[in-house]
Amino acid sequence: MARELTVEELRREAKVKLWVKKFIAYTFLSTGALAMIAPFLWMVTTSLKEPGSLFSYDSVWWKDWIPTQFVWQNYIKAWHVVPFARFYLNSFFVTVCVTAGQVVTSSLAAYAFARLNFPGRDNLFFAYLATMMVPGAVTMIPVFILLRSLGWIDTYKAIILPGIFTAYGTFMLRQFFLTLPRELEDAAKIDGCGYLGIFWRIILPLSKPALATLTTFTFMGSWMNFMWPLIVINTHEKFTLPVGLSYFQSLHTTDWSLLMAGSLMMIFPIFVVFVITQRYFVEGIKLTGIRG
Amino acid sequence: MNRTKRLILKNSTKESLAAFGFLLPNLIGFLVFTSLPVLASFVLSFVRWDLFSPPEFTGLDNFIRLFQDPYFWKYCWNTIYLMAAIPLSMTGSLLLALALNQKLKGIVFFRTVYFLPTICTGVAIYMLWRLLYNADFGLLNVTIAKMGEIFHLPLKGPNWLTDEEWAKPALIIMNVWQTMGGYNMILYLAALQGVPRDLYEAAEMDGANSWQKFWNVTWPQISPTTFFIATMSIIGGFQSGFDPAFIMTGGGPNGSTTTIIYYLFNNAFQWHQMGYAAAIAWGLFLIIFIFTLVKWKVFGKAVYYY
Repeated sequence: MARELTVEELRREAKVKLWVKKFIAYTFLSTGALAMIAPFLWMVTTSLKEPGSLFSYDSVWWKDWIPTQFVWQNYIKAWHVVPFARFYLNSFFVTVCVTAGQVVTSSLAAYAFARLNFPGRDNLFFAYLATMMVPGAVTMIPVFILLRSLGWIDTYKAIILPGIFTAYGTFMLRQFFLTLPRELEDAAKIDGCGYLGIFWRIILPLSKPALATLTTFTFMGSWMNFMWPLIVINTHEKFTLPVGLSYFQSLHTTDWSLLMAGSLMMIFPIFVVFVITQRYFVEGIKLTGIRG
Repeated sequence: MNRTKRLILKNSTKESLAAFGFLLPNLIGFLVFTSLPVLASFVLSFVRWDLFSPPEFTGLDNFIRLFQDPYFWKYCWNTIYLMAAIPLSMTGSLLLALALNQKLKGIVFFRTVYFLPTICTGVAIYMLWRLLYNADFGLLNVTIAKMGEIFHLPLKGPNWLTDEEWAKPALIIMNVWQTMGGYNMILYLAALQGVPRDLYEAAEMDGANSWQKFWNVTWPQISPTTFFIATMSIIGGFQSGFDPAFIMTGGGPNGSTTTIIYYLFNNAFQWHQMGYAAAIAWGLFLIIFIFTLVKWKVFGKAVYYY
């Protein structure tokens, strides 16, 4: 009898402890969330303020957060002072080409590395791995010189082609393909299915999560890429969004509302893509994190 | 017998041919944009070339110059200084992951919010922080000044991005904000979920409190993840720093936020010293290579693999 009571008490104590723990965790998480979101909120409110009103440093702090009137024209203005629509289109075109190219070429190569036997396979794969350890800075200059001698500087090709071929995508997909069961392929082979058929009908459908991950990562990376387009593109009309935005900043350093409106317009599509593909993102991080 | 042999031979040639076909597009790109450029870069580092006049072979001159270049060492130091963000951010990631691992409701919400700065990274965010750090009207200094008014203290925020003393800390703070809820937190969360339950049960039987459980069970169990994150962040750290500095400080004030990669960019694409820039790239490679070797020698065995 007495023993049962102590168990009950222990349980109650454990329950209280759990509640305290949860309370602390929630407080901590909420504070963190606030710190993460606050700059974004400020960005939104700033983008809606009357241009120039920021410099009337009034003494009411909260006014910094709530615009006295919502100036939606800032967005229209930001859209027009630089060829924003054109930047969008450029970015979209380049990003789609890079992503599609990378997913197609990487998955083809990854299949060869994961499933086919050919002389020199392991050596070649080792060469791929080895280049992953060389910093991008090393290849940047020769690639620039190569593109220059081909007369491709200031063309979209200069952004797209070097962006398509990464050892990383091949490596990641190969690792994933290796985890797929071979039985289905063997059955398909007996049914007279060729390599392309196996790749297309079995490997690819089974690899949707890995392909989605690679697509998402490549898309985001390419959309945000700043340094390379900055190096190879000179004409304003051909700028991608990040380079265009930086150019915008150099023109309107003091127009905070316009700068923030422009920045938000750049972030928005990425935000939408992220919310939709969240799951793949988390899975992808775990997948790629495992290689360590 | 002979026929089967021939058939097998034929099959393996067929397979090799197929493999070659699958590989070809990627292989061409790999050769043209990765492996040959690595070789070219090596050759380039022994040459003086401004892209306009013909290249001139100078032997080891570029490397000797690199070794004696005070700016290079200064920018190396900047790069390493800025990596102070790594331990800070990792601590934040671990704390957030520990909190998220309490089987709470709304994990997806929190995870999404924490991920926002990582997702939106890039020019837009750096522009935002340039404004936040504005000495006179930026949110940060306005808030600090308000705090001073409320508590009657003479508080005044620093000139974050224009003061040599504060520019690096400013970039570090931004970096921590940007990265702590991102990839590393997700990796830590996955690692925490992978710690076997019975280890905690055994620890509880021995009367361990939460603190002891963390140091004796959780910390050693997730140390491969810590090791992985630290290694990747440091290797990435050596190569980073261009985008934020270009947008927010232009590498200044007085070169205090110029990193190795920024210096390389300036040498190659502003000053057209292609050979010297290639030498900087190889210097960067060497630094990373040495780091990797040291890592294996010193820390290689200190990790708990299970």
